Amino acid sequence: MACRRREGPEVAAPKILMQRALDRPGESHVLEAYEAAGGYRAARKALDMSPEALIEEVKKSGLRGRGGAGFPTGTKWSFTPRDSQKPRYLLCNSDESEPGTFKDRWLLENDPHAVLEGMMIAAIAIDSHLMFNYFRGEFSYPLSRWRAAVDEAYRKGYLGRGIFGTDYDLEVVTHCGAGAYIAGEETGMLESLEGKKAQPRNKPPFPAVEGLFRSPTLINNTETLATVPWIIEHGADAYMQYGTEKSRGTKLWSCSGPIANPGVYELEMGHDLMEFLEGDLGGMLEGVGLKGIIPGGSSVPVLTAEECRGAKMDYEGLRERGSLVGSGGFIVIGDNASAVDCLLNLAHFYTHESCGQCTPCREGCGWIEQLVRKILAGRGTQGDLETILRVSDLMAGKTICALADAMAWPAVAFIKKYPEEFAALCADPVDMDALAAAVGKVDHILPKAS
Amino acid sequence: MTPFALPDAAVAEIDRVIARYPEKQAAMLPVLWVVQRERGWICPDAMVWVGDRLGCSASAVQAVVRFYTMFDEEPVGRWKLQVCRTLSCELMGARAVIDRIRERLGVEAGETTADGEFTLQEVECLGSCGTGPMMQCNLKFYENLTPDRVEALLSELRRGRPDFHDVQPVIYERPDMETYRAMFPRSGARRDGVSAERGA
Ligand SMILES: Cc1cc2nc3c(=O)[nH]c(=O)nc-3n(C[C@H](O)[C@H](O)[C@H](O)COP(=O)(O)O)c2cc1C
Ligand code: SF4
Ligand code: FES
Repeated sequence: MACRRREGPEVAAPKILMQRALDRPGESHVLEAYEAAGGYRAARKALDMSPEALIEEVKKSGLRGRGGAGFPTGTKWSFTPRDSQKPRYLLCNSDESEPGTFKDRWLLENDPHAVLEGMMIAAIAIDSHLMFNYFRGEFSYPLSRWRAAVDEAYRKGYLGRGIFGTDYDLEVVTHCGAGAYIAGEETGMLESLEGKKAQPRNKPPFPAVEGLFRSPTLINNTETLATVPWIIEHGADAYMQYGTEKSRGTKLWSCSGPIANPGVYELEMGHDLMEFLEGDLGGMLEGVGLKGIIPGGSSVPVLTAEECRGAKMDYEGLRERGSLVGSGGFIVIGDNASAVDCLLNLAHFYTHESCGQCTPCREGCGWIEQLVRKILAGRGTQGDLETILRVSDLMAGKTICALADAMAWPAVAFIKKYPEEFAALCADPVDMDALAAAVGKVDHILPKAS
Repeated sequence: MTPFALPDAAVAEIDRVIARYPEKQAAMLPVLWVVQRERGWICPDAMVWVGDRLGCSASAVQAVVRFYTMFDEEPVGRWKLQVCRTLSCELMGARAVIDRIRERLGVEAGETTADGEFTLQEVECLGSCGTGPMMQCNLKFYENLTPDRVEALLSELRRGRPDFHDVQPVIYERPDMETYRAMFPRSGARRDGVSAERGA
């Protein structure tokens, strides 16, 4: 079985985000390679464009946030007030910690200049002169690549006073986190950057209006920003050639689980899911069958093998199947694993990561974990399963941030889709019709086709 | 008792870091990182010192230290083994890797060996899910681990080769199917409750 080195690109088809690494594996992170491939042309172009035109171009491209929520990027940029007397800040979210996701790490290691150039363009668009990159604390190796890239850019005069020979000043501060999933939530990140516990803030006010140090702040994910230089260099029309009507462009997918070729892949939006699994991913490991796939990071609902058939990997396609693109953490689950074990694993994660501010989240995550543990120990009852469902309903949409939903969705989805596995572990026989009825009552919390 | 102090170079580094932020307290995490790098952990006196530097109370510093899992409020072993326990790694056999370390070192997750060589921790997803099971040892990632590989690594770490201190990840070849089958989680069978209760 081939070993997939992270240095090398893992895609066959030439694409927007992985092309440079594909052309010059092992050296694409260096400024010389980045510029030879056309790098920093877009930043120069952006300095010649009006902020309005820049924002318009990104809006038109249809680019949506790759951090999880899929919010239209250009629209978000346009929310930053330009008449404010306060400074404006740009914040890149490189805290990647959604289980199953490792594409931002790949970008920071293999194409740090694309991230930096994307940050520059976003800063120019909102007239910001101080940018922050909030880096996941554990990412020492990507950090070494990133710091080297920033040093190169400063030496060349691409950062600092009067960048690219203009009178535009631009500084960047790299800020390392210290281990907290919730610091990836945008307002938790603001608190963290201000030197406090990463406890998310109530919204409104939104960060665009009152963010870092009470100033307007634009927050985008690493992958979102890394896509921007290509759009500015080649134009929104070129970007729109890729993908589907509503999901434009390409997206990175972090693929893990018992498959032949795990790794990071770039796909055009709208790719057929099973074709991807059986093609690029090389199918399941020998002797392992497909139980299901969590397509967008641990927070999104699992799809059964049946639901995977014919599914399209884009915003609408996955929603139509009751799941989401999320962060693009594509976790393949084999038939050797138990759905109950999977839910316990995730419940433990969310219990550990809840920041504890909201009662439904703090208590709910822990409660779900304890009940799943009880079921796994062979002491569970029908009532316990129904309690998990009811607790999930009390969490979703009722808290300061979406972490509570990120626990509630997998809980309901695993029980809904693999009820026999839960029932088989319970101490007494479970009335499957009654369980299905209980699922029906909370089904409304799961994502649906809009 | 001598008051808490850091080498001059570290203090200068801290002052440079603070100057980069619009507000002093924003330098909290980077300053704590310097302290932990210099001292190995963050003691109560260090919290008072950091609070003075940043113009906030020691209890505000302590709240931050406690909130973020990478900061240590107690001394840790020379090698801090942080094995990922989250879903993608568990599906590929993380439990078998953790169990082998527990057996060989005679410690449970969260504990340090009596000789102060190793601390074992179970941590959440480290962003290497495609090459799980994996662990972080100090600053370095080890990916595509198996029980045998991790056992061999423990003896090498005891001997302490210098390249264990750099940050370049070590990515082993993916193991063969036979090895995987021995480490994959087993499903279906009703538990005796022991493994499911562990860590409760
Ligand atoms: C619990 C939680 C964790 C999150 N973690 C991350 C993360 O690690 N990285 C990220 O980019 N966005 C994360 N997000 C989403 C951010 O809040 C935010 O939507 C995103 O960074 C915006 O960038 P985008 O519009 O470019 O996607 C998280 C959200 C929640 C609710
Ligand atoms: S939902 Fe959970 S993680 Fe989010 S703010 Fe509330 S308690 Fe914290
Ligand atoms: S699940 Fe282990 S590194 Fe992501």
